[in-house]
Amino acid sequence: MSKTINIDGKEIPFEEGQTIIEAATEAGVYIPHLCHNPDYTPHGSCKLCTVKVNGRNCSACTFPAEEGQEILNNSKDLEQDRKRITQMLFVEGNHFCPSCEKTGNCQLQGVAYHLDMHDNHYPHFFANREMDASHPDILIDHNRCIFCNLCVRASQEKDDKNVFAISGRGINKRLIINSTSGKLKDSDISLNDCATHICPTGAILIKRTGYQVPIGERIYDKQKIDQVALAKEHK
Amino acid sequence: MQAYIQAQIDKYEAAPVRLLHILRAIQSEFQHIPPEAIEQVADSLNIPRTQIISVIEFYGFLSHDRQGKYQIFVSDSITDHMLGKQNLMIYFAQQLKVNIGELRADGLVSLNNTSCTGMCDQGPAGLINGYALPRLDRPKIDAICQLIEQQTSLEDWPTDFFEVADNIYRIDLLLKEQITPGDALKASYQRGLTETLTEVDISGLRGRGGAGFKTAMKWRFCSEEAETERYVVCNADEGEPGTFKDRVLLNSYAHQVFEGMTLCASIIGAQQGFIYLRGEYLHLYEKLNAILAERRQSGLLGENILNQGVNFDIEIRLGLGAYICGEESALIESLEGKRGIPRNRPPYPVSQGYLNKPTVVNNVETFMAAAKIAIQGGQWFADVGTKQSDGTKILSISGDCTKPGIYEYPFGTKISQILSDCDAKNVLGVQVGGPSGNFISNQEFDRVLGFEDLATGGSFIIFNQTRNILEVAKNFTHFFAHESCGFCTPCRVGTSLLQKQFDKIVDGHGSAGDIAALEELCQLVKNHSHCGLGQTAANPILSTLQRYPELYQQLLKKISYEPGFDLDASLETARRLTNRDDANAHLVQVEED
Repeated sequence: MSKTINIDGKEIPFEEGQTIIEAATEAGVYIPHLCHNPDYTPHGSCKLCTVKVNGRNCSACTFPAEEGQEILNNSKDLEQDRKRITQMLFVEGNHFCPSCEKTGNCQLQGVAYHLDMHDNHYPHFFANREMDASHPDILIDHNRCIFCNLCVRASQEKDDKNVFAISGRGINKRLIINSTSGKLKDSDISLNDCATHICPTGAILIKRTGYQVPIGERIYDKQKIDQVALAKEHK
Repeated sequence: MQAYIQAQIDKYEAAPVRLLHILRAIQSEFQHIPPEAIEQVADSLNIPRTQIISVIEFYGFLSHDRQGKYQIFVSDSITDHMLGKQNLMIYFAQQLKVNIGELRADGLVSLNNTSCTGMCDQGPAGLINGYALPRLDRPKIDAICQLIEQQTSLEDWPTDFFEVADNIYRIDLLLKEQITPGDALKASYQRGLTETLTEVDISGLRGRGGAGFKTAMKWRFCSEEAETERYVVCNADEGEPGTFKDRVLLNSYAHQVFEGMTLCASIIGAQQGFIYLRGEYLHLYEKLNAILAERRQSGLLGENILNQGVNFDIEIRLGLGAYICGEESALIESLEGKRGIPRNRPPYPVSQGYLNKPTVVNNVETFMAAAKIAIQGGQWFADVGTKQSDGTKILSISGDCTKPGIYEYPFGTKISQILSDCDAKNVLGVQVGGPSGNFISNQEFDRVLGFEDLATGGSFIIFNQTRNILEVAKNFTHFFAHESCGFCTPCRVGTSLLQKQFDKIVDGHGSAGDIAALEELCQLVKNHSHCGLGQTAANPILSTLQRYPELYQQLLKKISYEPGFDLDASLETARRLTNRDDANAHLVQVEED
């Protein structure tokens, strides 16, 4: 008899050492997330995957599953809070979906639709962020960075490099590049790196590929993010 | 430059865990961290340059941009404000002919604000080249300006400028008499370490940083870990505005603190300990190092302590101006030479702390109390206090009273008693536990100190009837936004949104729905943030909203909605571009019906 946790009334088996989100994904239960990717060390920073475990808020991507946990994932309150957290990400950076070449392939946008987000709710920060177009094949648009840390982790954990890092404090947080000039062209990133392809938003883009797939035929144009995530992340 | 930097790298053994010390030295020598220094340190320590850049940008006392040869910070704590800091700061800037937040053109001096420097009982206070400057007033500022213009070296400044007083007003169990160095260890070895841990358990001692975890249980958990490389860490990063008791304990009871750490090390089997000393207490650094040396000499530290076969030593690591490093897992990250970002838990530090090894992190006061308990026995301590809160608590009292300073009280003491002892009159309310704690109004002075009622790390700020409580809440709210580490969304974005939304109301731009929006935002930040900073950042607003709703209501405009930004001001750039300033180039904020 395997151990189980209970998510929204459903008994879900888990293996020792699994996090809540891992057990949920395997059982076909979607928990919204942005900084989590099952291929990398959990980070726990976006807080979108917050679930109530025995009445306490926990990040499903970092919190270990334990026998007997009563977990609330689909509740009105949690959905509302997740929407607000997503809106925070939208006002913090500068996100203009209609003019972004990632539209339709963007997880931030996909999650926003999933959470029924129709406006930004909060006042914009209008942060002054730069673009780094120095590299011949890869573009960084800092306006769209949500600090999920996935490029940092991908470069360290999969590419065996250290191209990206997070710097700054609080609202002045920023993504930095490991090169003497601070520019991407002087770093040792390459087109085939995992870090190049991992960005959930349009912050790291491959040049000259943006419109190969027409708008309307993109990932989240065809399927909602919960289905895409479950299909892709189920091991 | 290269030679100086190399000397620092060598001094700190090119250890990445001592990166903060290396950078502190470079900043102090060159008044900033030059790009060449980043490359040199990265190469020598074999760490990515991005780790160094991220550390520079995280800590308040490091900078890419050049600071003055005389680098001045003045504390922006509410207690300093109450002592006239704001006017004094303007005066300081005028006398030095420098703008606040800037470097003077000749590079001689820079003037900045900083968070609470732990001198609330002797403010307004500042720091010059890292050293505390308490009790600032106009005559002292005049003298300081003169010394700076004459480029007098700090060593030749009047020593009383740097004198920090203890101001101890009430002593009880812990402060009554100092232990004789070695006595706690001798008593423990004689009784047996297991038995001594039992005494600590009987004493009921709980963590004095505020969270109140049982000390004996923490030590036991750590000692039961399979990994035998273990560490003891003393959290001396008291950054909570209004707290300064650890400063006094380290100034006058350091032996007892070190003895408590050594006792803990003996019990859990640790060979290395650290004191994480907040950067603002640089003035204590040499003194504490001298006491550590003295203890090594007397066989109370180092190899084979008191011939009991225990090996343990203590190293002081200095912080660099980041409130979040008081959070134990952020502190551990900082000890490792990184940005102070709180870790995900579990695992907890007792199983995976410093270098991912089992680590006990306790407050200065906790170690100090444990040392005395080791001598007196647990019951001595447990006899005092309340059911859930044994013993005494050392408070840092500041604000509107005639005798600000250190007061030790048994748990269970009423707030009214404390206010009477420190001679506070016409009190409006008290902030217990600092900005992250609770505000209580003058209707609640029957409440008592203790984990079951008012838990506190020691900060106790008194406000009299002349104070504007919303100004206080504003100061605290800005403090949290400034100190948020930025790791998680709800705190990083939320504390800045709280600041905007609160200022909108207090600055008179709020309308009907704004209070509800503020409250909703408070709940979101509180419920979803990663660590204690975010979880408590909304407390100042929530507790004043609850107690003084009418104060907020009075500030609201009688219109249904006003945007959070100034429409007319937003057109300023457009007006300049088009060279217009006629009536049609302006917008009114709200169309009248």
